[in-house]
Amino acid sequence: MTDLPNRLRPRDEADLAELVRSASGPLEPIGGATKRALGAPVAFEQGGATLLDLAAFDGIVAYEPAELTLTVGAATSLGVVQRELDAKQQMLAFEPMDPRVLLGSVGTPTVGGTVAAALSGPRRIKSGGARDHLLGLKAVNGRGEPFKAGGRVVKNVTGYDVPKLFAGSWGTLGVMTELTLKVLPAPETERTLLIDADDASIAISILSRALGSSHEVAGAAVVNGRAAIRIEGFGPSVAWRVDALARELGAPTIEVLDADISRAFWRDVRDVRPLATAPIVWRVSTTPSLAAAFVARVAQTTSLRALYDWGGGLIWLGLDAPHADAVRGALVDGHAMLFKAPAEIRARIPVFQPAPPTLADLERRVKQSFDPDNRLNPGRR
Amino acid sequence: MIAMPDPDTQILARRDEIAAQLRMLLPAASVIAEAERMRAYESDGLTAYRQMPLVVALPETTKQVAAVLRWARREGIKIVPRGAGTSLSGGALPVADAIVLGLGKFKAVLDIDYANRTVTVQPGVTNLAISKAVDAAGFYYAPDPSSQIACTIGGNVAENSGGVHCLKYGLTTNNVLGVEFVTPDGEIVRIGGKHLDAPGYDLLGLLTGSEGLLGIVTEVTVRILQKPETARALLLGFATAEEGGDCVAAIIAAGIIPGGMEMMDRPAIHAAEAFVHAGYPLDVEALLIVELDGCAAEVDHLIERVEAIAKSHGVVVSRVSTTEAERMNFWAGRKAAFPAVGRISPDYYCMDGTIPRAALPRVLAAMRDMSTKYGLGVANVFHAGDGNLHPLILYDANVPGELDRAEAFGADILKLCVDVGGVLTGEHGVGVEKRDLMEYQFDAIDLEQQHRLKRAFDEDLRFNPGKVFPTLHRCAEEGRVHVHRGETRFPDLPRF
Ligand SMILES: Cc1cc2nc3c(=O)[nH]c(=O)nc-3n(C[C@H](O)[C@H](O)[C@H](O)COP(=O)(O)OP(=O)(O)OC[C@H]3O[C@@H](n4cnc5c(N)ncnc54)[C@H](O)[C@@H]3O)c2cc1C
Repeated sequence: MTDLPNRLRPRDEADLAELVRSASGPLEPIGGATKRALGAPVAFEQGGATLLDLAAFDGIVAYEPAELTLTVGAATSLGVVQRELDAKQQMLAFEPMDPRVLLGSVGTPTVGGTVAAALSGPRRIKSGGARDHLLGLKAVNGRGEPFKAGGRVVKNVTGYDVPKLFAGSWGTLGVMTELTLKVLPAPETERTLLIDADDASIAISILSRALGSSHEVAGAAVVNGRAAIRIEGFGPSVAWRVDALARELGAPTIEVLDADISRAFWRDVRDVRPLATAPIVWRVSTTPSLAAAFVARVAQTTSLRALYDWGGGLIWLGLDAPHADAVRGALVDGHAMLFKAPAEIRARIPVFQPAPPTLADLERRVKQSFDPDNRLNPGRR
Repeated sequence: MIAMPDPDTQILARRDEIAAQLRMLLPAASVIAEAERMRAYESDGLTAYRQMPLVVALPETTKQVAAVLRWARREGIKIVPRGAGTSLSGGALPVADAIVLGLGKFKAVLDIDYANRTVTVQPGVTNLAISKAVDAAGFYYAPDPSSQIACTIGGNVAENSGGVHCLKYGLTTNNVLGVEFVTPDGEIVRIGGKHLDAPGYDLLGLLTGSEGLLGIVTEVTVRILQKPETARALLLGFATAEEGGDCVAAIIAAGIIPGGMEMMDRPAIHAAEAFVHAGYPLDVEALLIVELDGCAAEVDHLIERVEAIAKSHGVVVSRVSTTEAERMNFWAGRKAAFPAVGRISPDYYCMDGTIPRAALPRVLAAMRDMSTKYGLGVANVFHAGDGNLHPLILYDANVPGELDRAEAFGADILKLCVDVGGVLTGEHGVGVEKRDLMEYQFDAIDLEQQHRLKRAFDEDLRFNPGKVFPTLHRCAEEGRVHVHRGETRFPDLPRF
């Protein structure tokens, strides 16, 4: 990481504001720099941007387990936060992925980068995504003005929900310096049901029945020809729900994974480990019941490997070449992100699903309201 | 009273012509310009404020909404969006030189999709009607504002409304998957749908809770859940509010997120008990209702654990519901708390701030001091799980000066919420009511950034003017939800 060129290290908020205000060229905020290969390359034509290294914004500012809130500097390591939460049997319920597995990047993922990329994991379907857990923030906008938004309590409707915009903003609206997140109790235990299913559409319909039950399914994926359903919570409840669900689904072969194996299983789903070696990976969000047909259409063009999460609503596609037209052309609704590809390809093919003109126009105006001169991560999204 | 921006006299003078032009864009029955018929729209749930609209437009289709908005833009006419008009912060309060654009005719349930667990409705569908539409299949829509039989999903999206179940199941914003909306320019935009998360900026998240300032929502897709198998509740009494608060913290620290967790203070308990005779203990300072839902195995397990936690936190009265009737009885007093307070005081008004829960004893003590200072009583009901306070200030509008004192008292409470690290509003919205307190929570630069966002959608500031953001025209007092002699605008609705 030390060999990265052209790096500014603001000492504090005032320093950061001054650097942004006086910047003469594009800036790329970085935390742990583990996700620089995500999104379109920043300022590709100009040969890159000046890095804004946020390392100074490190550390837990306030952790109130009983209030379910955590305030941290943006560059606080995700691992440090998770250890701190573990000690109180709590978690970031959106289950952020570790991007290093798929991207092969090195370094330490930070909270700020994780939220800015909004990479929510398997529990997204039950507990919500990064967007649902960002309660408040401090940031410096593209004008170099420090501001705050949201709050430090779990229930707040005062003013616009600006934090929602920052989850998934890819560092293009402002440089976050401090984040307040909602945290939740970690489940006491978990089990996973694995059910053989000949094809993806059958597997997804099994997941759909499980998700439509009252058993509070906390993970629903299709991996290697098997539907996987995670049940988590208090011991007696998990035991009862696993039995009930197995009975209700009435599938002939059901394997049940114990807590430790279940945890490892979902870590791999979260990090998309089965596709780690694929040169090209797409991340597709669609209506779950349309997922299998979508993948079948793409498969008419190219050989592929698919991993389904979110009950079918999230599809990870591993390919040998981008096949952007085939992928986006096969999509009936939702959006496809070119998640993993070499920089030259990400500079050429729109990484994020292009929006229809009116929506694109609104997004452009939203961007301008924060960063009128397009200083922050130009080109990233 | 809070001043609204001065109306544009030229627009006021053009009222008849504006109504006539609207009639060319809309069916005749969709334009209301007669005073006696417009009266139904002159206020919302913040009944102390009244204003006749310029004209009321009730379009029937998204195309009509778009046509009206394109025309209004050309003519420079302001718009106040409106659902059922139950807003408690004056969000739907008319503005003299603005058209009230009501979504009352958008009543259709468009799509029920059990396989993907979504329902798509028009914005005028009530919150409860969504749950009813899927009830036979065992599903429901989780966010449950106590106004749910009346309030619309469009209003819920605009206010990001909450309810008793939101601690466990999330607010509106956590349960909405997509919307179709019409921008102030009259462009129809779709965001989200049955899939999750946005490819670009999360405009869905921004629109939710934007209080009608950014456009008109014309369609909403929500996620639905299967109903929990069962629910049971505990009724827990404490000798001090501090012990009650500590018990709440301990329940959450034990990893338990109850389906509902509500607290009342002594004045609220006494008022409720006198009204509905739920059998509440009268010699406690704090009463907690903790509801656990899920499968029976879980509920039974957690009831025991919560009982044990309460015991170790000095609970003096502890009851567990064994039947559905008993559970409902625990809730009866809580649900009747507002009307119950209405019986002991000629008028009351309802505040809505959020605090970090740990600050509860301090906030309650400060409120008692304020109560002495202002010479007015206060009763507290409290969404204890998420720190959302609803202090009810007791006053008599017929006693000169009491209304002013009550309003000053209310403002002091909200400022106190901010002082202890909380916020001005947890679920009722800023609207007109808390507009001039925004500067207490946010710095000028924070507000300016929000204002720039507003202009990204609504360049000439025509949508819901005078709401949420302080304007140049303002006076210092803040109005609140005033209830006079129990005559509320929505007497049939339960109040939480
Ligand atoms: C007795 C009572 C109990 C209540 N209990 C609760 C509670 O428990 N929790 C809670 O959160 N709230 C509660 N409320 C407040 C109120 O019911 C909610 O804010 C509700 O969401 C408002 O819905 P509505 O349809 O009445 O909207 P309105 O009051 O008509 O409008 C509310 C706001 O939304 C805007 N708006 C409405 N429809 C649209 C649309 N289609 N597009 C764009 N903007 C729109 C309006 O301009 C306004 O700013 C209660 C109110 C009452 C009277």
